[in-house]
Amino acid sequence: MRDIAFGQFYPAKSLLHRLDPRAKILLLIVFIVLVFCTANYYSLLLVILGVFSVVLFSKVPLRLYFNSLKMIIVIVLITSFLNLFYGTGEPVISWGFIKITLEGINNAIFVSVRILSLILISSALTFTTSPTDLTDALERLMKPLTVFKVKVHEIAMMMTIALRFVPLLLEETDKIMSAQKARGADMESGNLIQRIKALVPVLIPLFVSAFRRAYELAVAMECRCYQGGEGRTRMKSLHLHTRDYLSILVVIILIVGVVLCNVLLPQAVR
Amino acid sequence: MSNIKVENLCCTYGIKTPFERHAVSDVSFEINKGDFVGLIGHTGSGKSTLVQMLNGLIKPTSGKVYIDGIDIWEKPKEIRKFRFKVGLVFQYPEYQLFEETVYKDIAFGPSNMGLSEEEIKERVLRAAKFVGLDYKLLNKSPFDLSGGEKRRAAIAGVIAMDPDVLILDEPTAGLDPVGRNVLLSQISQYQKAKNNTIILVSHSMEDVARVTKKVMVMNKGKLAMFGDTKSVFSKSEELSSMGLRVPQITKVIKALRDKGVNLPDDILTVDRAVAEITELLKKEGKL
Repeated sequence: MRDIAFGQFYPAKSLLHRLDPRAKILLLIVFIVLVFCTANYYSLLLVILGVFSVVLFSKVPLRLYFNSLKMIIVIVLITSFLNLFYGTGEPVISWGFIKITLEGINNAIFVSVRILSLILISSALTFTTSPTDLTDALERLMKPLTVFKVKVHEIAMMMTIALRFVPLLLEETDKIMSAQKARGADMESGNLIQRIKALVPVLIPLFVSAFRRAYELAVAMECRCYQGGEGRTRMKSLHLHTRDYLSILVVIILIVGVVLCNVLLPQAVR
Repeated sequence: MSNIKVENLCCTYGIKTPFERHAVSDVSFEINKGDFVGLIGHTGSGKSTLVQMLNGLIKPTSGKVYIDGIDIWEKPKEIRKFRFKVGLVFQYPEYQLFEETVYKDIAFGPSNMGLSEEEIKERVLRAAKFVGLDYKLLNKSPFDLSGGEKRRAAIAGVIAMDPDVLILDEPTAGLDPVGRNVLLSQISQYQKAKNNTIILVSHSMEDVARVTKKVMVMNKGKLAMFGDTKSVFSKSEELSSMGLRVPQITKVIKALRDKGVNLPDDILTVDRAVAEITELLKKEGKL
């Protein structure tokens, strides 16, 4: 139960860890758009290079990246497999009614590389940014929305609390499961319906304790006079440093590179 | 034949990760049927891991657990059988209650054993009686009970399985002094009535001194001491080096003895101390 890799933060000392979380989130969004703007193999190669340098710069063990890819690999295989058959043009291989065209092959490669890059680059963000930094940055980025009466601080606070509760609830589930197993609950055998039924003795105490914890937390926050975002100052205020400007510059160069490749070099057959 | 026998038991968490930790290392002991054993140790000394290995909730990394001479992991498919034989009451067991009524919740264990309706009913009523739970409460929702009643109901849920060995992890934690005393004497009475084996995990030296015959001391995953309650609590220096202590009253008596008061050195409970001191005063004609 405890070894669920949930985009966990991996503490290390790398350039990526020290970057401003706001810059990281914005650059991630830019990067995702960029991945979908690749029109030929040259620009795709450029994006792959970008992804790999980010992965290497993060100083996070490659094993963790593999783990996050493992969960998604089935989806990648299925989508690229389906894409193989959806292409128009001259068939390269035809076998009965099944035709594989050059366009299909290209599509399959593009789709799988795009999905894999997305996963890698977003894992890089969650591995190198602590959950509190992440929500903090989101709060700052969403600040303009306060104009529309969006409770930005409250949303960010809810996210922080939700993230904090994930490991707690996992631990709690573990404990309750052990306690019910000690009373002879059988969770490992039986058909699907029996197994779902076997979860009731775990889920009910889990919900009860989640509500209890939520209530206790609310009381504890009120005891410390928490009243939302109004007039709240912060202990750590975020500042952009040279390294942040530099990384923004690198991404801009990457964008220019991708655009130039798309425009100047021949398109892939699509 | 010994009821529980443990040989070179080891349990390591997070093997091959930077977080590798030996929770229990090389622990061996034997407990006879009818023994009332206390298990004490500092937080993180491996007590909880050890008791969870005794009923097969945690599989040991190496070593063997024998219940009535049978290796419990010989047939991993039949591990549930040993969970009924070795009943484990977790810390804060009231958080595992889930059924609509207290009766159904206590019946959860026995019905998992596949017993008949009458047998289940008999066991539920007996278990409720053992823990001093009013029969009127059996038809209430467990979530409507008070904290102490919930605790009793949860303990009854394990006792209803009629285990040969009963392990209680901090059963009195968070109860008021009266509740503590009542619960402890009920556990004592239960043990006397059934003559089964009980292991009481506790942080309260007073509780352990009051009810147990033998004491096991865990320290940093190893079994540091195992012997008569009196002999273990006579080693106060060794205990304090492990972050533990002897019962308060034993300390007081020791201080009195150091001042030359003629009292025996094996006093562990307040009741016994009162009796000894009154007798001494009578003997000296001061009372």
